[in-house]
Amino acid sequence: MTGPFLPDSTLTSWGRVVRASHQVAKPRFGDEVGGLLRQLSAEQPGLPVGLRRSYGDSNLNPDGRVIDMTALDRIISFDRETGVMRAEAGLSLSQALQVLVPAGWFLPTTPGTRFVTLGGAVANDVHGKNHHAAGTFGASVTRLMLLRTDGQAQEIGPGDPIFHATVGGLGLTGVIAWVEFRASRIPSASLDAEDTSFERVEDYFDIAAEKKNSFEHTMAWVDCSTGGAKLGRGILSSANWSPHAELTPHAEQARRNVPLDAPGFTLNALTVRAFNSVRHELKRMRYGPYRTHYEPFLYPLDGIAHWNRLYGAQGFYQYQCVLPPATARDGTVALLKAISASGQGSPLAVLKDFGPNPAVGMLSFPMEGTTLALDFRNQGERTLRLMADLDRIVAEAGGRLYPAKDGRVPAAMFQAGFPKWQDFRAYVDPGLSSGFWRRVSG
Amino acid sequence: MDGSLGFSPGQVSTQAMKASNRVVILGALSAIATAAARIYAREGAVLMLAARNAERLKALAADLKARGAVQVEIAAMDLEAEADNAATHLADWSARMGGIDHIHLVYGYLGSQPEASASRAELSRIVTSNFTSAVHWCEAAANVLRTQKHGSLVAVSSVAGDRGRQSNYAYGAAKGGLALFVQGIAHSLAGTGARAVAVKPGFVDTPMTDGLKKGGPMWASADQIGKSLRRAADRGGPIQYAPGKWRLVMAIIRSVPAFVFHKTKL
Repeated sequence: MTGPFLPDSTLTSWGRVVRASHQVAKPRFGDEVGGLLRQLSAEQPGLPVGLRRSYGDSNLNPDGRVIDMTALDRIISFDRETGVMRAEAGLSLSQALQVLVPAGWFLPTTPGTRFVTLGGAVANDVHGKNHHAAGTFGASVTRLMLLRTDGQAQEIGPGDPIFHATVGGLGLTGVIAWVEFRASRIPSASLDAEDTSFERVEDYFDIAAEKKNSFEHTMAWVDCSTGGAKLGRGILSSANWSPHAELTPHAEQARRNVPLDAPGFTLNALTVRAFNSVRHELKRMRYGPYRTHYEPFLYPLDGIAHWNRLYGAQGFYQYQCVLPPATARDGTVALLKAISASGQGSPLAVLKDFGPNPAVGMLSFPMEGTTLALDFRNQGERTLRLMADLDRIVAEAGGRLYPAKDGRVPAAMFQAGFPKWQDFRAYVDPGLSSGFWRRVSG
Repeated sequence: MDGSLGFSPGQVSTQAMKASNRVVILGALSAIATAAARIYAREGAVLMLAARNAERLKALAADLKARGAVQVEIAAMDLEAEADNAATHLADWSARMGGIDHIHLVYGYLGSQPEASASRAELSRIVTSNFTSAVHWCEAAANVLRTQKHGSLVAVSSVAGDRGRQSNYAYGAAKGGLALFVQGIAHSLAGTGARAVAVKPGFVDTPMTDGLKKGGPMWASADQIGKSLRRAADRGGPIQYAPGKWRLVMAIIRSVPAFVFHKTKL
């Protein structure tokens, strides 16, 4: 039975900065979606959403309607021989893995959290630690079903222009009803990994270039709090699938939970500095290769449910950019200098090199170069000013920001970073909209 | 497996012979039933899913097969109307699955108390759906269990069945009656090896409760109740609360004297 859109003032994105009320409909069966879409229009647009792990406002439609797709989580088919899975768009990557892993398959690529829906993985064209090897999630999608507010239902695939608008299209081209993708073979559920520490960020680039030739998964943790000679010291982790272990999937339950908002001072600059130093020393003590289940390596924070609450009731921003190879080294140093000088330390900074894989979607974020991702506790104006300073560095270096992480990029910066945005605009469903889209397309 | 189950060999796959459990779910399209079915699927069970909508049952069957169910059968029917033929259906399904280990009765109808007070049709519907039709299915299941002396019946009742309250006494009475009925069946099965359980959930986030304001520590997910049903099929007493904390809550609610309770709008 199709439910109506019911008011919900608790809907937030992962960063919990935007607090707005929405009207939410949660279809339980695929045959209910058409009826909900018929209720949307340009005057009263809506937005399909998944597990709401995007940080900013790309998965919010403040004061408007939202279709929560997470109950549409049925697997339609899975071929154990070919690894091709077709499932409703609300199926989480976590649930997909429960079926894939025991059969010897894995997601072709995965973001750093498995609590993302298939629809969300397509709509953000997510990338993972193996981008240089596997490309983005959209590269493994063979077909999908797209439903529009005018009643159209189209099965689309690579080669169809609207497919390349929908991949990375942030839910704006229509509701993705189901996704079919090709999984990747794995010999076991464990990874053979090794850590390499570097004293300053300039050293990262040479190490990363070397490691990516022999490892499928690579990413680096970076300390943003130290200035001077030790600016951007960190640890690069590299891994390949291990042939020597079982095909045991992860346990569904998170090991720990943050039940309440942490008080605001929990993650201030001093604590962050100390936290990073300790972690740096501890990690450095792991000499030589080690074997680990994929769960802690690929999903380090998923073990703590609601970790975003550690940032307190004000919430936090995520800032993720990519810089092209020519400007990546100097640009990254400049970014880290600005962050270190600001004292608005981020405990969670990640560096990764992207490969030259061609973009699948018109708004796909990854391009060849180096991506840096940082959290900032929301301290109001001073946080926004810092991010505006970082914008200048990124723009000058010819880089761009990741819409999945963004909640404040100005329209001009977005449009400059995504030259195909006008092509994309032609495919936006007039009955769909989001806070992000209204901000950047104006 | 002994040969006295009365099935013809051609109807049962060799995989079904090795299945973990053979399970009938009445009202399989509900959120709670789907959650329980997925647990059984992961264990490699044989499932018989009964509900009204054939297309939706097919989609659920495909999902459960992908998640590991060795065989999934569907029966599209109005379970309330077919309660009179419950024994025939169970016998037919038993033949198709090579036997039955667990029967879960999950279907029900919340209805609206104000409407039930105003309309005989609504009141009848609440009582028929949650009690009258349900007890016919339960008794048919009990007869199967009495004969085979193994397996279980798990019926979904509700904490609303613990005390008649002005906000939902028609629903509460029907669900409460069902729990009493199943409690009696459990007693009648004592010593046979077969069991019966009435599971009483509190507030659960499913389509049935979409009209209520949700959220907070007293709300459970369909997944949690699915786990409770799965566990009840294997062990525990005839009345189980889901989650368990409702046992204490309802003990308190039941013990509040009328002159105090009548001051509330619960």
